Amino acid sequence: MKLNSPLQVYKYLPQINCAECGDATCMAFAAHLIDRSKKLEDCPPLLKDEFKKKYIELQTLLAPEIRQITIGVGEHARKIGGDDVLYRHQLTFFNPTAFAYDVWDTMQESELVERINKIQNFKKFYVGKFLRVNMVAVRCVSGDALKFAGTVKKVSETTGLPLVLCSFDPAALKAALEVVKDKNPLIYAATEKNWGEVAELAMNYKVPVALFSPDLDKLKSLAATFNEMGIKDLVLDPGTYPQGKQLKETFERFVKLRRAGIKEGQKDIAYPLMAVPLGAWLIYKDAVTASYWETVLASVFIVRYADVMMLHSLEPYAMLPEVHLRDTIYTDPRTPVKVAPGVNEVGSPTKDSPVIVTTNFALTYYTVESDLSSNKINCYLAAVDTDGIGVEAAVAGGQLTAAKIKDTFQKANFDFKEKTTHSTLILPGLAARLQGDVEDATGLRIMIGPPDSGRIPGWMEKNWPPKPK
Amino acid sequence: MTKKIKLSELGSLFGGLDIQALEGVKIEGDVEIDLGQLGFNPQMAYALGHETAQVAFHLLNISRILGYPVDQMLGGQAAAPKRLSKLIESKFSVGKMEEWKTPIQEVVLGATSSDGGSRKSTVTLGGENSLPYYFDSPMPHRNYVTMDVFDMPINMAKAVKSNYEDVINSPAEWAKKVVRDFGADMVTIHLISTDPNIKDTSPADAAKTVEEVLQAVDVPIVIGGSGNPEKDPAVLEKAAEVAEGERCLLASASLNLDYARIAEAAKKYNHVVLSWTQLEINAQKELNRKLMKQCGVARENILMDPTTAALGYGLDYAYTNMERIRLAGLTGDAELNFPMSSGTTNAWGAREAWMVSSPLKEDSDWGPREYRGPIWEIITGLTLSLAGNDLFMMMHPGAVNVLKEITQTLYGSKETEPLNIDNWVSAVL
Repeated sequence: MKLNSPLQVYKYLPQINCAECGDATCMAFAAHLIDRSKKLEDCPPLLKDEFKKKYIELQTLLAPEIRQITIGVGEHARKIGGDDVLYRHQLTFFNPTAFAYDVWDTMQESELVERINKIQNFKKFYVGKFLRVNMVAVRCVSGDALKFAGTVKKVSETTGLPLVLCSFDPAALKAALEVVKDKNPLIYAATEKNWGEVAELAMNYKVPVALFSPDLDKLKSLAATFNEMGIKDLVLDPGTYPQGKQLKETFERFVKLRRAGIKEGQKDIAYPLMAVPLGAWLIYKDAVTASYWETVLASVFIVRYADVMMLHSLEPYAMLPEVHLRDTIYTDPRTPVKVAPGVNEVGSPTKDSPVIVTTNFALTYYTVESDLSSNKINCYLAAVDTDGIGVEAAVAGGQLTAAKIKDTFQKANFDFKEKTTHSTLILPGLAARLQGDVEDATGLRIMIGPPDSGRIPGWMEKNWPPKPK
Repeated sequence: MTKKIKLSELGSLFGGLDIQALEGVKIEGDVEIDLGQLGFNPQMAYALGHETAQVAFHLLNISRILGYPVDQMLGGQAAAPKRLSKLIESKFSVGKMEEWKTPIQEVVLGATSSDGGSRKSTVTLGGENSLPYYFDSPMPHRNYVTMDVFDMPINMAKAVKSNYEDVINSPAEWAKKVVRDFGADMVTIHLISTDPNIKDTSPADAAKTVEEVLQAVDVPIVIGGSGNPEKDPAVLEKAAEVAEGERCLLASASLNLDYARIAEAAKKYNHVVLSWTQLEINAQKELNRKLMKQCGVARENILMDPTTAALGYGLDYAYTNMERIRLAGLTGDAELNFPMSSGTTNAWGAREAWMVSSPLKEDSDWGPREYRGPIWEIITGLTLSLAGNDLFMMMHPGAVNVLKEITQTLYGSKETEPLNIDNWVSAVL
């Protein structure tokens, strides 16, 4: 964005401190516009006629450096691009890389439906939410426009996920677009050869379009040409080569394009970028090797600037690290990853239910909490304030101590005599060395749980209820 | 006097003036444009009439600036798309990072006989002038991998353990195996049995193990303590003494132990200090400063371990911490421009790396863990390599293999036949 301080933004705001946006002052609201935690539309006065001019100006001045575009419609619609920084600690990255998994038009229908269901049903629980994958890319392998359109039709009947229509043949793209024209698919791709016809399609069907050329001069030519024709929802594919020097050059192209867009404000190429880790399958035929290498390529370009990527492997050992790394890179570093300290109920605990201790690091807490609730273990779970540090590090660093544990129960007015029949506390296995201290500090019986909360169910079978002394 | 006209009147106004281009413009709704003191008269419109399209666009722009949603009202016809018959010629260029002025310190591990050691080869880390693999400046040295060896059998994930069952009771054999069979550039001997809570073996016993490892392999080595802050200084001192002149990496000096003793041992016996802090850039600065200023360790004898958290278990912190440290170093922070090391083996602590299946019924199938573990180690390491990490401490041979392949490809030392990807869309995979 062109403005970088709240004061600069403040000049354009109504300056009446009406607090309708939820902030007490216009200056505070300005700070939220700069860090992108609020939108212009959160300021009702700004939308009135008298401020229309400022509103329009701000829209331009606050627009992200990399254009943000939307693919698909409805609840599954996915925004990509919209970034303002080269390194996540400078703000945060927006719109996590969209993962598009391929299907192709020579698949049997049953095979096709099965694959789509695998894509749209994939989920992995993580810190209070499910990680998922986002799009289906339909590849025209047959070379037959009608067959391609037929496959696209079946795909759109099977899933609401946004689609990428992949063919270099404008006739095939047109046939497919006819089938899904109201679904706002991304069309892939315009090249040096077919650009005129593909541009025509993008204009007529008003859909986002990918431009493909590993030659950055040509890629920029394509982007400038489309832009001049009024086609602004562009995705740039600078070519993903899967190996050797060509891969090194691919990496450099991603870095160059994003630096030009963000640091140098080169509007001509400030569009979302597409990587194609699927290319690993062009060089490796064995599924494990290809899946591994595809995951490696995906990881390189999740870190360095791909906004959407084409993937093939549905092996869990490929998908799990991919969705986790994307979450790693796109997690907002400004958001504290702590939960409120306290003693919480999981399920419906009774006086015979266990009382378990963990830390207030969100990842730890949610992991333990989901392991307990998923296995229907009714209990009390105490989140000790360790400044958001996990168990092992907090024990080593002195943030998880007997005094802190005692304090957590006291502050929550949790009386073991009243709430439990057993006056027993279960410490995490990784905090075993605190056993004596906690016993002395609380006078409770202390049991040591497993080092990983995934093993609590097995541990419970063996150890709970505790044997009477 | 202010003259107001309605947008819907524009058509008829211009209509009498023979302005062709507006005929296709359908204006719906009833929006007023305030023309202010400019006034509006037929002469003016006529003067503009010769450039009819521009007039239309100009007026529309006025309304747009005033905030009227003309685009929706015009049904898109006003902005009739331009067709181009030729690509607009363009040249792409982008500048280099001028602010990266300070190189990262070069650090050599290992010493050959000509330098007072007995290693066959040495490993040089650092020297970068840009983020890893960037075009701004070629990376002077590739990434290196040192593989873990323990001085006693430990718990390992099944996928890791199966590689070491034959050598688990002999650190020397274990070290030989990782160098000979698994392509380790270096070996890390972890003296964990010295921990008073484990076996409490003596510093002298530990030193003997170090001697055995130095005899068994001729690559540079890392000497790791047990992580017990009371015991480690004594253990590392003794180990440093028996390894005199070998330029081993002593792991580690940290703020929660007597780092001065470790620094002293490194100086006295010619070794390199690993400066280890826990995910905190300011602590890393503080410890590096203390090692240099207070303990007098030379710059070429410092390597940093800013801590590695596993993928899914804090890698976001570890990644950003390293990236910030590297950027600070390149832009001139002389307390942070040292090469970095990662305990990539920590990846095996992630349950996704070793558990048979998800403990959560809601999760999709996790698939075979034999494949999940190594890739967890690879991706944890690869991510940090992109943040600037130089040396990787690893465990699984397959993971080492793949990490070396990708980091050396990005470094530029992997040659392959050029591949044509132009038809990937129609490829049968």
